[in-house]
Formats: sequence, structure tokens, C-alpha cells
Amino acid sequence: MASYSTNEFKGGLKFMLDGDPCSIIENEFVKPGKGQAFNRVKFRNLKTGRVNERTFKSGDSVESADVIETDLEYSYDDGEFWYFMDPSTFEQYAADANAVSDAKEWLKEQYTYTVTLWDGDPLLVTPPNFVNLKVVETDPGLRGDTSSGGGKPATLETGAVVRVPLFIEEGELLKVDTRTSTYVERAKD
Amino acid sequence: MPKAMTETDWQPTAEITTLKRRAQLLADVRHFFAAREVLEVDTPVLSQAAPTATYLDSFQTHYQPPGGADQAYFLQTSPEFPMKRLLAAGSGDIYQIARVFRNGELGHQHSPEFTMLEWYRPTLDYAGLMQEVDELLQQVAGCPPARKVAYQQVFQELLQINVTDASTADLRAFALASVNGLPTDWQTDRDGWLELMMSELIEPQLAKSEKPVIVFDFPAAQAQLAKIYRNAEGVNLAARFEVYAGGLELANGYDECLDANELRRRFEADNANRQLQGKALMPIDENLLAAIDAGMPACTGVALGLDRLLMLIQKATHLQHVQSFGFEKA
Repeated sequence: MASYSTNEFKGGLKFMLDGDPCSIIENEFVKPGKGQAFNRVKFRNLKTGRVNERTFKSGDSVESADVIETDLEYSYDDGEFWYFMDPSTFEQYAADANAVSDAKEWLKEQYTYTVTLWDGDPLLVTPPNFVNLKVVETDPGLRGDTSSGGGKPATLETGAVVRVPLFIEEGELLKVDTRTSTYVERAKD
Repeated sequence: MPKAMTETDWQPTAEITTLKRRAQLLADVRHFFAAREVLEVDTPVLSQAAPTATYLDSFQTHYQPPGGADQAYFLQTSPEFPMKRLLAAGSGDIYQIARVFRNGELGHQHSPEFTMLEWYRPTLDYAGLMQEVDELLQQVAGCPPARKVAYQQVFQELLQINVTDASTADLRAFALASVNGLPTDWQTDRDGWLELMMSELIEPQLAKSEKPVIVFDFPAAQAQLAKIYRNAEGVNLAARFEVYAGGLELANGYDECLDANELRRRFEADNANRQLQGKALMPIDENLLAAIDAGMPACTGVALGLDRLLMLIQKATHLQHVQSFGFEKA
């Protein structure tokens, strides 16, 4: 397994810490007064999703983590696992609830998602920033109201609930920002 | 290692307006010292000797005389040693704006190449020099008057620790409980724990202050080249101060140690420490010790990072944003 020294630390570097794969968010070189230098590292534990800090002595090394990001197509779920497929090799990957976590409510069959694989297993599923989804349930639209003030909840085909303007009706296709769970605009197809 | 160039790689890392402010800062500093009749000097960047400090790494290069053997030369980490030789030769009050080099130091507030403003004042005592640094910051950077606080007091106030009485085990326990992300197997010595607490627990609190903070009277073991004196309570302290402003460590000053034998002992202890850490031993500057022996006048001196001062003025978050071409684009 390759290793990285603190001088190679930078945002996005994937490394192993206490048995878990982690990704560096921020790395800061610190040299107190006349003392020994160290690196203050903010990282995300890719297994738990939690953000943490760790101090390393400058020059220390960490093991690299075999973590890659790949685009996979969502197929279906069986209640326990969510299945994704590599459209070029047709290889299937089963993601557990932990890996799917917040992406769950944005999963639509045949849409493409970024899946983080650790030693070949799905660790994290990230939806695209924007998805187009159909409204399956919302209160009847109010005629003539085209402003975005007010609003009402609407349930989308994947189960996600977002606030939409009053004029949106059931069956309409909406463009939604998955990062903030907010309505953007009506989508064309 | 060749890297793929992008279209904008050739461009400076600082805005042109920042470079104009930089030029103004240099002019203001020169004006400040001219008004006080402090002489500007200029000493060699290359030296056959280098500082021994354990955690200060010099760049090494070689002079190659035609047909002769290579001679090791070091890029200065500060102009301190030659400036002290000038003092011993009777220069009187002197200052220098010097390019200095420190290997391995690269980060938001560090660059392996940076600009140091360093000055020595045979006519000012320890308190007088702190006052002058304060006045310089007010005059060239528009800072409010600084707060001056003893090292012991700042630990007592902010961490409720008595640094004189605390054992190394006490300091270790406190640091492990308080410094976020510090692994439990972290190893260091007493001063290592204190330095860690200073940078991780105290500096962030000092950073909130509107005023620059001058912390003075460091533990004797962190004296570097400062005089050590015994206070009224019989505790040995280093006549050394550090200046912090806006989350930056700006300057480090001393009431200079005038005892060449004492300095030789410190340099040798540094080298012994280097050996323990598997680092190269540094050639002790015999010219410096000879000059001090010959009679360097009692004096105070301070080194101030000019790039960081410009960061403070410009509210910059990265050192390279105040340098024409940051180290990685040099």
C-alpha cells in the first residue's frame, strides 16, 4: 500500500486513519514559535461521513486509502441493498443503507450517481447537484399565483419532499437542487 | 518535477494593488527608521555557518571554485549573525530588510523564502524595544496600541495554568484534553507541550483581540539567543518576546545574550538535539562568537516578518497573496 507524507497532504487526498478511509478537507502547516512543525488536518471520515480534526507531526506518513469515485447507474433496491451498475461493464455494486444515507430520497432508476468505492465496495452515494423529478403529491395549484412567495410541500416520485411555489401541480417535472433540497424551476423533460 | 501548465500559471500570486501597498510598506519602514537615525545595512545572504536551532532548517548550497573542492554555503534564515558582527564592530543602531530562507516551511502563513525586517538597538532596553515595535505597528500598519502581557500571565488568564509549577505530565494531560485532534500517543518534551498549547489554545484567543498582543518573558528553556534573568520570585526567564496580531505570529525579539560561552553551550545543545532527531549538525558560527567575545554592546533586537505584516494590512489569508510570485509559482 502506498503512503503519503504530510508534505503531500492536500484537499481531496484519501488516506487511512484508525482503520477507516478518510478524505482531507483542509491541511494547515503550523510552526509554533521556535518549536517543531506539525500539520493540522481537517478531514471527513468516509465511512461515517463525520468531519474531524487530527494533528500530525510534519514529516509523518499515512497509508493511502484505495478509494475511487465512479459514475454508476442506479438499478433497484431489495429493501436491504441498493444496486448500482457500471453501464460499460454491467458490473453490479450493492450499497447498504449507510452508503446510500441522504442520497436515498434522490434515487431514480437509470439515473447516474457518483459512487465512492473503497476496496471495490460502495462507501458513499452522491446524487448529482440537480435532478429532474416528477411531483406525485401536492395540494391543488392556485390559479394566477406565479410568484414564489409562500409555497407548499410537494412529494416527488423518489419520496423526497420539497417546498414548491403554489402554482405547481401533481404530475409536473421539477428541477431540484439535491444539496439544499430546494426547488429550482419547472423542467422540460 | 514537470507539472502541466495552465494558462494562468505565469501570473503573479498577488494583485498589482497589493504590490503597490507592499512598496509603500517598505518605504514607510525605511522612513520610520530614518527618522530614528537607525542605519540601514546589507549583509550577505550566503554564509559558511548556519543557525543550529533544532527546528530551523537552512537551505544548503555549494561554492565551486574552478578546479577546487566544493565549499558548503548556507542561505541565511535571518541576518542576525552578520548584523551582530556589525554591532561588535561599532555600527550602532542598525536595521535590515532581508530576504531569508527556511527549508520545509510551506503553508498559509509560511513560505521557504520570505522577507524579514530585523533591527538591533544598542540604545534601547527590552521594554524600550517592545515599545518601538508597538509604535512601528501603529505607524506603518495602522494598528491600535498593543497589549503587553507576560507569558506566565497569558497561560494563567486563558488556560488557568501556572507554567512555573506545572509538571510536564500536567501539561501533557491538559494538552491531550484540550487540543482538538491531538493523538493520545503524541510525544514531545516540556517545551514542545508549551509551544503546542501556545499555538493551538492561546494564539486563537489572542487572534480575537483588536490590538496586537506582545507576550514577553518566555520560559528560560525557550531563550534561543536571549538573555536569561532571574525574576523577583527566583524564577529564571528568557528576555524574549513574541508579537501576535490578527492571528499571525509577527515578530520575535530578545534582550540579546552577550555571553559567548553561554551561546556556545546553547549551540552545542542544539546540535546534540539535532543528532537525536537524525538531523544534520550545523557548523557553529565562530565569527559570531568571536565578535560577541570581542565586545558586542548590550543591545536588544527583533525580527519581524514583513510579508505577514502585509497580510495583516491587506487582511490576506495566504502569504502568497502578498508576494509577487509565491513559492510554488517561483
